[in-house]
Amino acid sequence: MTDATITPSQPINRRSAFRYFLAQLNASTWIGIVIVVSLVLAAFFAPQLATHDPAHQNIMDQLAEPGSKFWLGADQYGRDIWSRIVYGARYSLTIGFFAILTALVVGTLIGMIAGYVGGRIDIIFMQVMDVVLAFPSLILGLALVALMGATLSNIVIAIAFTATPAFARIARAGVITQRDREYVQACQAMGFSGPRILFRHIMPAILPEVMVMASLWMATAVRTEASLAFIGLGLAPPTPTWGGMVRDGFDNILSSFHLALVPSLAILLLVLAFNLIGDGLRDAIDPRLKDAS
Amino acid sequence: MEKNPVISVRDLSVAFGSTRVVHDLNFEIAAGSTLALVGESGSGKSVTSLAIMRLLPERVARAGGSITLDGRDLLTLTEPEMRQVRGGRISMIFQEPMTSLNPVQRVGDQLAEVIRIHKGLRGPALKEAVLEMLRKVRIPDPEARMHQYPHTFSGGMRQRVMIAMALACDPALIIADEPTTALDVTVQAQTLALLKDLQRETGAAVLFITHDMGVVAELADEVLVLRRGREIESGTVHEVFSNPKDAYTRSLIEAAPSLVGKLGEISVPAQPVQGVPASFTGEVPVLDVSDLTVRFPVHSGFFGRLTGMVHAVERASLAITKGETLGLVGESGSGKSTIGKAIISLAPIDSGNVQVSGQRVDYGDPRSLARMRRDVQMIFQDPYGSLDARQTIGSAILEPMQVHGLAKGAEAFEKMQWLMERVGLDPSRASSLPHEFSGGQRQRICIARALAMSPKLIIADEAVSALDVAIKAQIIDLMIDLQKEFGVSYLFISHDMAAVERICDRVAVMYFGEIVEIGKTEDVIGRPGHEYTRRLLSAIPITHPDQRGRRPPPGVDVTQPRSPIKPLAYQAPAPRWSMASEGHFIRSAT
Repeated sequence: MTDATITPSQPINRRSAFRYFLAQLNASTWIGIVIVVSLVLAAFFAPQLATHDPAHQNIMDQLAEPGSKFWLGADQYGRDIWSRIVYGARYSLTIGFFAILTALVVGTLIGMIAGYVGGRIDIIFMQVMDVVLAFPSLILGLALVALMGATLSNIVIAIAFTATPAFARIARAGVITQRDREYVQACQAMGFSGPRILFRHIMPAILPEVMVMASLWMATAVRTEASLAFIGLGLAPPTPTWGGMVRDGFDNILSSFHLALVPSLAILLLVLAFNLIGDGLRDAIDPRLKDAS
Repeated sequence: MEKNPVISVRDLSVAFGSTRVVHDLNFEIAAGSTLALVGESGSGKSVTSLAIMRLLPERVARAGGSITLDGRDLLTLTEPEMRQVRGGRISMIFQEPMTSLNPVQRVGDQLAEVIRIHKGLRGPALKEAVLEMLRKVRIPDPEARMHQYPHTFSGGMRQRVMIAMALACDPALIIADEPTTALDVTVQAQTLALLKDLQRETGAAVLFITHDMGVVAELADEVLVLRRGREIESGTVHEVFSNPKDAYTRSLIEAAPSLVGKLGEISVPAQPVQGVPASFTGEVPVLDVSDLTVRFPVHSGFFGRLTGMVHAVERASLAITKGETLGLVGESGSGKSTIGKAIISLAPIDSGNVQVSGQRVDYGDPRSLARMRRDVQMIFQDPYGSLDARQTIGSAILEPMQVHGLAKGAEAFEKMQWLMERVGLDPSRASSLPHEFSGGQRQRICIARALAMSPKLIIADEAVSALDVAIKAQIIDLMIDLQKEFGVSYLFISHDMAAVERICDRVAVMYFGEIVEIGKTEDVIGRPGHEYTRRLLSAIPITHPDQRGRRPPPGVDVTQPRSPIKPLAYQAPAPRWSMASEGHFIRSAT
């Protein structure tokens, strides 16, 4: 075919392009978005939504059944589960968000530089990333938190550390495919500097893939945070974390199984929502991958 | 027509959804004759051929009318019946011989598979049939070649294997969809001659799809010109060429190079000279390249040892004066693009000297490099690929001015709008993205972007090769106008002789990394001195069917192509030159 230049029948401007993109998202993606937005709102309005102080203990209400006073019951210290779930959303979302944001910025930067510069820098950067990737993320997070102490910022750093190689790899792959394209050569021929070409011209091309990666890794981050809390390396009690609540609920799993079930469902819901969004974004950005996965 | 037609197409129309792309097409082809379906990209010619093969995606495309072959309407056949027709009664040759063969199967096995399926041959008879076919398409040493993989075949040989596969089952109709477009002209001439010979032997009807009127003049019996899915004109090839009724057909015919086909002789024998002077006018040339050599390392073996060098460009010297256009012609792999890239440091220079406006470019010095990159701009073959798809075109034109500090703020914005107007674009579209423009408009954007730096020299690397004929002429005219206005010089790298003839003041011919001839356009194209230049020019298709048979038939080269890969110790012999007329230099055979 000689049809090297196919012109679209109708010009698309950027606003309608965005609308078109939104129309590409399937129903399950929207479900994911609705779940995440509701949980974010819940976390933000936790003081208004909570019926009790999440840390307030009352021996009289120990293991109360769900009812009008405690919507989802109370735990072995008499703390209201509903309030703890609502406040717990704050920690899960904050830790997940900042961990992935850090990993995204650091990892993408490393990957882009490695891919663009190539040669020895590429080999060194990526081999370091491979070493990190070789550890299961939970084990690595566990070791880091155990080493540094379980504070909020340390947990964020530990999870970010485990997620960084994924972003480095995808950014590097994206840069390498763009690097030899003609528009990059055109930029070089016009005397543009390396950073300008990399950040102004190549980065916009690889960002969609990075964003898909970010939403999928949000799910992993939430899970890792919950796992850390479950094995006791989360934020110190009485901070209400979902992983910690599952752990506490385990003591009375036979008599009051809802103590572990409710936070487990919350974790499940958030992880599922991020996965749905990630899958939906990927399909909308690259429809060819839909059948492949 | 005296004979019954092999295929007869009546009122064929094809629609994708609600968009009709082919309207009421009628034609028939008799046994042994060739119909050329001519048109630009998007004219519906490939869709027509796919409709005949019933290879259009059935869910979205609807074909109406009738296509009769052997008394059966192909549009009503069931899929299993159609499979018997494909490859059995109709076979197809595609444009890309590189991708149409399976790279992981031996050539002989691929050919054998076709013959086995359609003829049911087995064992030694099958092998004999394969050899027979390879001999027919003049593959040298078929016994050894049938056991080799496609990557060891050159483009022309691969296309001959494709022809062998197409002919293997004695089809009644061969559809050739731009079969020579991806090939170099000398190889194209060989392939066309072969196709014509084989058609005479087998008596097959050929539907030849092309955009190149030269190829049509070369081998068609009948012509049908398509535009936007409608028939513009049809008739015998002589009628159409001698007496085109439609202005569009006329423009297609006139796009062919005119000097070609009337090769003159050099009247005075060429005199040996010592080296080629860079410039004759006495003024300092805008670009002066001397002894430019570019080599790429070849690593092989388990440890990736350096075993040789690809001599991409070998001691090339050329100069361009202010306001002049130098054409750099040659076939694929001759190193013409590498010269352009080496000048602006997109390819590594091994040795040699590049001067821009009398100042030597020091490729190790960032300041010298930045100055050169302001003075020398490049336009690429694929305007879409060379624009950032996410950047508005206004910003694309502004950015180089800002980077080099040539203009700022409102001044830069005004210059951008002025440039867009100068290249024939509406300045109000500055905030549009590249995909909203057509191919020709995108090339105008690239030209505006290059001009934004007020360069002294623009390197145009196959800048018009991907454009349709009418658009190509417009872009060339624009380039000529801008040259007059701005006094910019061009290094026009192209394999398209018609374009070179139109725009270039002087031409340099490249062959395997070496410049073999350089001189004024009328001298080099009109009175070529080097043996390769003559071969290149005589391979260009004729411009009128009356010229058929006037030139010697192209020989099929049985020799292995010259390899540009040389051992490490290889020293290129010093070039010897002779002068045919003023400024016309020819490299002597060494």
